[in-house]
Amino acid sequence: MKLTGAQILMKTLQEEGVDTIFGYPGAATIDIYEELSKTRIRHILVRHEQGAVHAADGYARVSDRVGVCLVTSGPGATNTVTGIASAYMDSIPLVVLCGQVPTHLIGNDAFQEVDIVGITRPCTKHNYLVNQTEDIARIIKEAFHIARSGRPGPVLVDLPKDVIKRSISYAPPQSLRLRSYNPTYRPSKKQLQKVVELIKQAQRPVIFAGGGVILSKSADRLTEFARKTRIPVTASLMGLGAFPGSDPLWLGMLGMHGTYRANMSIAGCDLLIAVGARFDDRVTGKTDAFAAQAQIVHIDIDPTSIRKNVPVSIPVVGDCGLALDILNHLIDELKLEDLSQKRQPWFDQIENWKRTTPLAYNTQCAMIKPQFVVEKLYELTRGNAIIATEVGQNQMWTAQYYHFDRPHRFLTSGGLGCMGYGLPAAIGAQIACPDQLVVDVAGDGSIQMNIQELATAVQYQLAVKVVILNNRCLGMVRQWQELFHDKNYVSTQMEHAPDFVKLAEAYGAMGLRAVKPAEVETVLRKGLAAPRTVIMEFLVDPEECVYPMVPAGAPISEMLL
Amino acid sequence: MKTEKHILSILVDNEPGVLSRIAGLFSGRGYNIESLCVAETTDPKISRLTIATKANLPLVEQIKKQLNKLINVVKVFELTGTDFVQRELAMIKVRALPEHRAEILRIVDIFRCKVVDVGLEHYTLEVTGDEDKLAAILSLLKPVGIKEIARTGVIAISRDPKGG
Repeated sequence: MKLTGAQILMKTLQEEGVDTIFGYPGAATIDIYEELSKTRIRHILVRHEQGAVHAADGYARVSDRVGVCLVTSGPGATNTVTGIASAYMDSIPLVVLCGQVPTHLIGNDAFQEVDIVGITRPCTKHNYLVNQTEDIARIIKEAFHIARSGRPGPVLVDLPKDVIKRSISYAPPQSLRLRSYNPTYRPSKKQLQKVVELIKQAQRPVIFAGGGVILSKSADRLTEFARKTRIPVTASLMGLGAFPGSDPLWLGMLGMHGTYRANMSIAGCDLLIAVGARFDDRVTGKTDAFAAQAQIVHIDIDPTSIRKNVPVSIPVVGDCGLALDILNHLIDELKLEDLSQKRQPWFDQIENWKRTTPLAYNTQCAMIKPQFVVEKLYELTRGNAIIATEVGQNQMWTAQYYHFDRPHRFLTSGGLGCMGYGLPAAIGAQIACPDQLVVDVAGDGSIQMNIQELATAVQYQLAVKVVILNNRCLGMVRQWQELFHDKNYVSTQMEHAPDFVKLAEAYGAMGLRAVKPAEVETVLRKGLAAPRTVIMEFLVDPEECVYPMVPAGAPISEMLL
Repeated sequence: MKTEKHILSILVDNEPGVLSRIAGLFSGRGYNIESLCVAETTDPKISRLTIATKANLPLVEQIKKQLNKLINVVKVFELTGTDFVQRELAMIKVRALPEHRAEILRIVDIFRCKVVDVGLEHYTLEVTGDEDKLAAILSLLKPVGIKEIARTGVIAISRDPKGG
């Protein structure tokens, strides 16, 4: 059977179960698009390639499938880099297909040529330049396997135009065999037995859940583990949803903008069980002071995450889900005595921290408080919406005031902290989950970084909702300037911004605005109920800061409140 | 924590871009490369890299784990702390004026190295040995005048049991 490279590509993508591609065509990919039109794969035409990658990222996070992008060579490829770097930091499985100039022109500074494999080497899990048509099927299969297995991540495949056009007699690739890639899934039972011993002795234990719990689909097992052992749970930003936000054992998020009780629990605990986390500096603050009194257990599938930033007493390399299964099993076998009584002083202490220093903001203000908007959003959606965020204050207030009971509902650029992520991610999530309510919580700064994707949302009739907390400034940087740079507000005042209501209308979306606290609920109700793309703008207090805050590099227990 | 030299021997897929992945890992994460050698093994699909790096113990552990994480890395061995043989080859071009020629040849003899190129005013010497031997000959040749030097960097291989 004679097939062109493009035909082989489409055949292989369909074999991998791909039904949606986010992309933007160009000269180098025109032959691929020609073939794409003959398949059942749905192509979502974005307005910027960065949007394509974030959309695929959002799609992957809510659907537990590999997100796929297709972009052209040169600028099409370079525009994907930010999205790829964000997915890499957050371990999101993506396959990014890039067009490339024909092989005989590579290295000649040809039109729209760029060494995208070289550029993305440090921000992909792996990448490929396909040199011959015969390799396409094998490489695409490897790319999907690498993207979704082990610690997931983005894989880029660079496809030169002649490789795509050439016809060969097609032979299906032999079984996938990567001799140098074998992630460790099965954890050591011996190590986990030691963990159970520590749990029995611990007076003040804490579980710290990271994004790995969500990626390994083990939120339910973590919840079972925590409830069985009576251990309170905190989570990183990426781990939100790994444990029910309404459970009494929930401490709230930890870290730079974590809750007082979560951070104090870390500082005071004698056993910390970290699951699927990587001890980012925004979580640990000063590492020497992080959980300084505790034995640390660290369960992660990526050995490089263990002992990278903090010393660990019991390392466990493996899949979080399998490790939690074994732990739950071991605990059942041991028939642990009731630990509630033994832990009571610890629970009393935590309750005391919660009572004296809860998350709070001024509710008597004449201006809209951004936290109030997020609280109302939580209330009106009953915590059931898929929430994307941009980056900065909007992201932190969402993390603090929207309580996630389930995984795969919170989309945020955690590691890279990439402004402009939320809107395209929300679009990707809405494509994957057409029947769910998807809301992007944004700031007036970050929404303008990928605002063009509003056109994508309108074109595909996606009822994505955008909540803009408009404080007329780049709030998080302004907050740092206020607190640490003598209120020298350099270049953080957005002196001009578009009229977001008119802008929404210009794009064919609905635009709503609230300027007073009393209008917040009305605008939210109206916007959330509308069966179309909506921007809801809330003019919020420009001087509101995110608290608690741990200054960068300070111990986690030293919070500005 | 003490920073020490560690010799890593790494088997990798013999593919374009693999060296760049490894060099990029070291530069991107701020790891030190003291020397790096790479060439094909008896299996043409596999190359062996020998990297000498300076790091403290936790860092060298992290370096090994990061290397293992690269898809094209087949195996990483740390030779430091095991029984192994290491060699480096240097070609040293020295000034060889008539009054020094005999002295240079005596050094060549003592260090069991070879003269591989001769001119009216120079000798080029080929020396192999471990780090200490190379350092020793260089210090002896320095007063004579070293014009140029090219070194391979260290290559190393583990010793197997003698058997018998």
